[in-house]
Amino acid sequence: MGMTLAEKILSEHVEKEVRQGEIAVVKVDLAYTQDGTGPLAVRKIQEMGFKEVYNPKKTIFFFDHAAPSPRFELSNDHTFMRDFAKRTGSQVSDVGNGISHQVVAEREVKPGDVVIGADSHTCTGGALGAFATGVGSTDAAVAMVLGKIWLRVPETIRVVVEGKLPIGVYGKDIILHLIGKISAAGGTYKALEFTGDTIESLKMAGRMTIANMAVEAGAKVGLFPSDEITRSWLNRMERPQDFRKLSPDPDAVYEKTVMINAKELKPTIACPHQVDNIKTIDEIGDVNVDQVYLGTSCNGRLEDFQIAAKILKGKKIHPKTRMIVTPGSRLVYLEALRDGALETLIESGAIVMPPGCGACVGLHEGVLGDGEVCLATQPRNFKGRMGSPKSFIYLGSPAIAAATAIEGKIADPRKYL
Amino acid sequence: MEGKVWKFGDAISTDHIIPGRYFYLRSNLPELSKHILEYERPGFSDMVSPGDFIVAGQNFGLGSSREHAAIVIKMNGIQAVLAESFARIFYRNCFNNGLPAIICDTKKFREEDVIELFVDEGKIINHTRNETIAFTALPPVMKRILSDGGLVEHVKRYKDLKLF
Repeated sequence: MGMTLAEKILSEHVEKEVRQGEIAVVKVDLAYTQDGTGPLAVRKIQEMGFKEVYNPKKTIFFFDHAAPSPRFELSNDHTFMRDFAKRTGSQVSDVGNGISHQVVAEREVKPGDVVIGADSHTCTGGALGAFATGVGSTDAAVAMVLGKIWLRVPETIRVVVEGKLPIGVYGKDIILHLIGKISAAGGTYKALEFTGDTIESLKMAGRMTIANMAVEAGAKVGLFPSDEITRSWLNRMERPQDFRKLSPDPDAVYEKTVMINAKELKPTIACPHQVDNIKTIDEIGDVNVDQVYLGTSCNGRLEDFQIAAKILKGKKIHPKTRMIVTPGSRLVYLEALRDGALETLIESGAIVMPPGCGACVGLHEGVLGDGEVCLATQPRNFKGRMGSPKSFIYLGSPAIAAATAIEGKIADPRKYL
Repeated sequence: MEGKVWKFGDAISTDHIIPGRYFYLRSNLPELSKHILEYERPGFSDMVSPGDFIVAGQNFGLGSSREHAAIVIKMNGIQAVLAESFARIFYRNCFNNGLPAIICDTKKFREEDVIELFVDEGKIINHTRNETIAFTALPPVMKRILSDGGLVEHVKRYKDLKLF
């Protein structure tokens, strides 16, 4: 009987064949945490009585949420984490370096890895064919000191996307459509595995957007087979040696298959306050927007900024709307500067923030007030997520974000493309 | 131990349980825990008594990996969380902190019912309604983590994962 991607990767890390439903102790290739979960992880490590980490080279402390810190309490947390990382020889990705998931996709993650991160969007690494999953601080702490974690080998839902994507429709629309179809709990405890000719031709940025939001369907991981697009990403990141071809067996056993016809997709939006409250742009009606937010672990990549810049080129942001842009990493920031995309966005009236998680967590750099409406490219729209519990968050693609910034209300990007 | 039921709906996220605006209190857990579920039920922290239960609908604890969500529930003296289903990271976080997360038919409970949980027997007795509600036994690995007092205690003792 053939194996799914999840079964293949986990079997390699248990050193025996494991199948869906089994619980196994799995070797971890990379463990990381960020400044929201890291201080607790460090305290857990200390409570467990460990003074060292298992593999300091593959243990990373990210400073991406409060980056730079807006409050002294968080600055103190940063000092606490930095001190621990220094004592144990662990890696530090400090303020300004970018969002953990983006940075590890650039520098660390490779097909077939098991990646454990104390951040729910760790599943972004699935785009590279890694079993990358988010956990809490305790599980991350254990992975850091023991180099392993217990996991249940998940059943897999196969998502087949076929057909050419229409103009103005992107990875973000695919994943929002999928979550609308299977619900925010439709993938709970499961792996999602993406396939089909649309997926095969989707660039890494689009794959990362989809993998990033696997958790918003409740999934443990959102896996992509590795292929020539994976190889060219690794080449671009100057680590061609990290490529290996990895695909599921043709006779792998899936819990179910979900089919999506890409040709029928439209620009898609998640409405407040749940990510599975999905409407197409044709159904959305008049929604005035106070803030447009472009960036985050979901859509903070060069390609995202290029799409927005293409739409905003030579145009001005609506006077009643502000647009905030946050690159996912320092590398993206530099790429988008050199490419001219950031210049275009700034000329149109956008505000650029330092690389990091920015306003998505409601911490700083664009916190919403009572009654305010935001159209964001981030992965999440829970009540109060970006500030006031009386604010409203709509989620959409960078193209929708740019069109919305021009019109001051949620707008169809297709007419600008 | 008996405790009172506090009912919540579906899709209570970790942002609901402990909002991101209190990010700066994450290293000050006693202060952080005062803000538990405050958007859903203002003043909840002052209303609950030790041993009470949070009883919710589907997909409880979805969203962010913040373990602080499980911790503030525990710090407010909640004995266990009962729900029709849980998001997976939150589910693990509960057990890792010695807080049972029980999947059962929660429509059978009403606000203020007095109930009693028997984890090993896989049952809940509703004393207010004289009903016994059975639930699927916990996986052995979760039972083991609970009986060891959480994952930190387990690893502290064995310096390894000896869960099965």
